[in-house]
Amino acid sequence: MFYRENGQFKASYVEDLRIFKVTQDRVAVLALVAIAVLLVPMLASDYLLRAVLIPFLILSLAAIGLNILVGYCGQISLGTGAFMAVGAYAAWNIGVRIPEVPLLVQILLGGLCATAVGVVFGIPSLRLRGLYLAVSTLAAQFFLDWAFLRIPALTNHSASGSVSVGTLSFFGLPLESAWQKYLFCLGFVVVFAVIAKNLVRTTTGRQWMAIRDMDIAAGVIGIRPAYAKLTAFAVSSFIVGVSGALWGFMHLGAWEPLAFSLDRSFQLLFMIIIGGLGSIVGSFFGAAFIVLLPIVLTNVPALFGLPLSVDTAVHLEHIIFGSLIVIFLIAEPHGLARLWSIGREKLRLWPFPY
Amino acid sequence: MGFFIETLLGGLMTGVLYALIGLGFVLIFKASGVFNFAQGAMVLVAALAMARFSAWAIELTGSMLFGNVIAFFMSVAFMIALAIAIERLVLRHLVNQELTTLLMATLGITYVLDGLGQTVFGSSVYTIDVGMPKEPLFLFQDVFEGGILLNPDDLIAALVGAALVAALALLFQYTKVGRALRAVADDHQAAQSVGIPLGRIWVVVWSVAGVVALVAGIVWGSKLGVQFSLSTVALRALPVVILGGLTSVPGAILGGLIIGVGEKLSEVYLGSFVGGGIEVWFAYALALLVLLVRPEGLFGEKHIDRV
Amino acid sequence: MNMTDINSATVTAPARGQGEVILDLQNISLRFGGVKALTDISFNVREHEIRSIIGPNGAGKSSMLNVINGVYHPQEGRIHFRGEERRKMEPQVAAAQGIARTFQNIALFKGMSVLDNIMTGRNLKMKCNLFQHALFWGRAQKEEIEHRIKVEEVIDFLEIQGIRHTPVGRLPYGLQKRVELGRALAAEPELLLLDEPMAGMNVEEKQDMCRFILDVNDQFGTTIVLIEHDMGVVMDISDRVVVLDYGRKIGDGAPDEVKNNPDVIAAYLGTSH
Repeated sequence: MFYRENGQFKASYVEDLRIFKVTQDRVAVLALVAIAVLLVPMLASDYLLRAVLIPFLILSLAAIGLNILVGYCGQISLGTGAFMAVGAYAAWNIGVRIPEVPLLVQILLGGLCATAVGVVFGIPSLRLRGLYLAVSTLAAQFFLDWAFLRIPALTNHSASGSVSVGTLSFFGLPLESAWQKYLFCLGFVVVFAVIAKNLVRTTTGRQWMAIRDMDIAAGVIGIRPAYAKLTAFAVSSFIVGVSGALWGFMHLGAWEPLAFSLDRSFQLLFMIIIGGLGSIVGSFFGAAFIVLLPIVLTNVPALFGLPLSVDTAVHLEHIIFGSLIVIFLIAEPHGLARLWSIGREKLRLWPFPY
Repeated sequence: MGFFIETLLGGLMTGVLYALIGLGFVLIFKASGVFNFAQGAMVLVAALAMARFSAWAIELTGSMLFGNVIAFFMSVAFMIALAIAIERLVLRHLVNQELTTLLMATLGITYVLDGLGQTVFGSSVYTIDVGMPKEPLFLFQDVFEGGILLNPDDLIAALVGAALVAALALLFQYTKVGRALRAVADDHQAAQSVGIPLGRIWVVVWSVAGVVALVAGIVWGSKLGVQFSLSTVALRALPVVILGGLTSVPGAILGGLIIGVGEKLSEVYLGSFVGGGIEVWFAYALALLVLLVRPEGLFGEKHIDRV
Repeated sequence: MNMTDINSATVTAPARGQGEVILDLQNISLRFGGVKALTDISFNVREHEIRSIIGPNGAGKSSMLNVINGVYHPQEGRIHFRGEERRKMEPQVAAAQGIARTFQNIALFKGMSVLDNIMTGRNLKMKCNLFQHALFWGRAQKEEIEHRIKVEEVIDFLEIQGIRHTPVGRLPYGLQKRVELGRALAAEPELLLLDEPMAGMNVEEKQDMCRFILDVNDQFGTTIVLIEHDMGVVMDISDRVVVLDYGRKIGDGAPDEVKNNPDVIAAYLGTSH
C-alpha cells in the first residue's frame, strides 16, 4: 500500500535511466546502506561479523564478478576459485616484496593480476563455446592450483603455498577488529556493485548480453565478439581477483591453495544460479543463501535436540545445494532475484488485484 | 628402454580406465546432448553400492563368487533405479534447454549424488574385492634386464574395458535403439515428434551409462579403494572426451589412451623439472591444445552454424 | 541520411530504380564441403531501390544475404560495395560500412527488453569506453541519452511504444519481427537486408510490415534487399527482382519481366527442365 509509483512521472531520460526508478526503492536502498555503515558495526557481535557478514560481503563481490561473465556474457566458468587465488596471492606477493605499497593499492593490483590471467584463459572463449569453454576454465583451475602449490617463486618459497598476512592498516587507520574489516569490505562491495550495475545497463553490458543471447546476430550488428568476451573476462576476473584478495586478507588471514579450490568455483557458480543469473542484486541473494545455509544446518537441528554430525551436515548441505540448483534451473532460471522482482510487482499493486 | 616401455604400458592401462569413464560421458552426450558432469559421482555411488552390497552378500552366501555376482546385479538394479529417478525428476523437465543449463543441472546432480551416496552408504573408505590377481607379472625378462613389470589387475581391467567398448560401439551403430539414440541427440523435439519415446530412451542411456560407471567403479575401486576421491577421477577423465570428441566412441578410447600415456610419460620425463604433480593439469593442457586447432575434438562431428 | 528528418520526409535520393549501383556481385560461388549453395551468381543493387530475391525453398536466398553481409565467405567471385572491391570480411565490418539486416528465424536477443535490443543497433555509433560506462557520469550518460532519443524515434516510427520495456521473448511473433526491423533501422543503414520479414504473418501484419518497408525506403532513402515468398507483395513493392533456383540465377529484371520468364514459371510450377 505504501509501495506505489503513482504520480512519479519520468519527465526526462535521466530519470528513466536511474538504477532505482521508484522513489521508495531509492529510500530503502539508502536506508539499507546507512544501516550497514552505521548500525551494524555498532550492534553486531564479533561472531556475526566474522563468520557471517564479512564472508557474505566478499562472496557477494565474487558472485557479482562471476555473474558478469556467466550471467551477462553467457561464458561459463568453472575456474573462479583460481582467479580468486591469483588476486589473493598477487596482493600478498606485492605486500611481501614491496612493503611500502598501501593495502588498497595492493588489493587493486591483485585484481589487475587476476585480470591479466583471466584474459589469457579467456582467449579460448573466442573459439570455444559452452562445455568446451568450461573445460578450458577447468584447465585454469587445475593449472593454477598446481602452480601455487609447486612453484615456490609464486609464494615466496613458503612451504606448500601456505601464506599469512601480518597486521593490516588502511592509510594509517588500523584494520584489526572485526568491524573495521567489515567496513573495509563493505566499501569495496558498494563501489563495485555500482560499477557493475553501470556497466551492465550501458553499451558494454548490452554487448555482453547480445553475445550471450545470440552471438551471430551480435556480430551482424557490429559487435566484435572478441572484444565483448574479453572485456567480460577482464572485468569479471578483476572483481573476482579483488574479492580473492579480500578473502585472503580480511577473512582468512592465512591460507593455502586449497582455500581456492574447485569447490570454491562450484560454490560461486551455485550462488549465481540460486541468486539469479544476470542480476546484480541476485548475486547478493545467492551469497547470503550459501553463507547462511550451513549455519542453519548446524544450529537448527541442535535446537530441536537432534545435533547433526559434521559429516552429515556437510552431506546434507550438498544434497540441498544440488537439489536447489536443479529446482531453480527447472522452475526459475532467474533465481531468487526473479522471485524478488515478482514479489515487488505484487507489492506495487497490493492490496488491489491490479 | 625397459623402463620406457613399462611406463608406456602403465600409461596405456590407465588410459583404458580413463576411456571407460569417458565412455560414460560420450554415451549420455550422444544420446541426450547432455554433458553429464555427474558421471564421476555416478562412479562413486556405483562403487559404494557395490562395496556395501558385496560385503553383505558375501557374508550371507559365504561365497566370494556368488556374493559378488549377487552384489553386481543388485548394483545394476540400483543404477537403473537411479537412471529412472534422474529422468523423472530432472531431465524430463529440461527438454530442449540450452547445453549450459543442462550442464549446470548435472552439476547439481553431482552434488546430490555425492551427498546422498555418502549419507546412505556411509563415507568411510571401503574395499571391493572381486578376486583379481594381484601378483605382478614380469614379461620379456630375456629381452630387457629385469623385464617389464605388469599388474594383472590392470590387464584384466583393460580387457574388460575393451570388451565393454566394443559392445557399446555395436549397440550404437547397428541396433534400432542406437538409431533412436542418435536421433534424440540431434534434436529432442524432432525426435519426439517422430514417435521416439524420449523418456524411455533417456532411461536406457542413463542406465547403460550407470552400468558403465559401475564397471569403472569396480575397476577403480578395487585398485584405489572406494572413497570420495573416486568422483574426482572423472574430472581427470574429462579431457579424454574433449580430446577425442564428445560424440565419438572410438574418440573416447583413443583419447583415453593418448592421455593415459601422455600423463605418465610427462610425469616421469618432465615432471621432475617443474616440481612434479603435473599430471593433474597435463591432460587439460593437451586437450586445450587440440581444441584450439580442432574445436570439435579429434573425432567429433563438425558443427555448422545456420542463420 | 539523417534520422531527425523522420517527419519532414525530405527525400534527396535519386528516383527509385535509376540510382547508381552501390552493390555489385560478380560470379559468386559458395560451397559447404561438397554442397554447392550458390553457383556463379551475378547481380547488382542500385541506390534507393527495393531489390527482391525470390526462389523456391533451398534456392540459396538466405545464403546470398549471408554472403552480402559477411557471415559466409564465398569461394569464388567478387563483391563491390560503393565502388570498392571487398575482400573477405567479417559481419561486424559489413555493419560498420552501413549494412544492416534481419533474419529469417528471428535473431533478437531474447533476454533483453525491446528498448535494449534496439539500443544494440546503435552500438557502432557509441564511442564511450568501458571506463566511462563504469562511472556512468558526464559523457557516458549524455551519450546514452542522445542515442536513446534516436531509438525512441525508431520506436515511434514502428509504433511499438507500448512494449518498450517488455522482454522480447514474451512478444508475439509479428511484433518480434517488427522489433528486429527496429534494431536494424537504429543503425541508420545505407543497405538493409530483410530475410522474409513477412513470413508467418497474417494479412494485417503483412500490410503493416509492407508499409514500414516502403516508408523506410521512401523517407530515409534506404536501399533494401528483400527476400520474400509472398509473390503479391514482391511484385507490388519491388523495383527489380532476381530469381534463384538450386543456387543458380534463373531470372533478373522488373517484376513484370520476371513474371513472364519461362524458366521462372517452370521453377515455381515444378515443370521439368
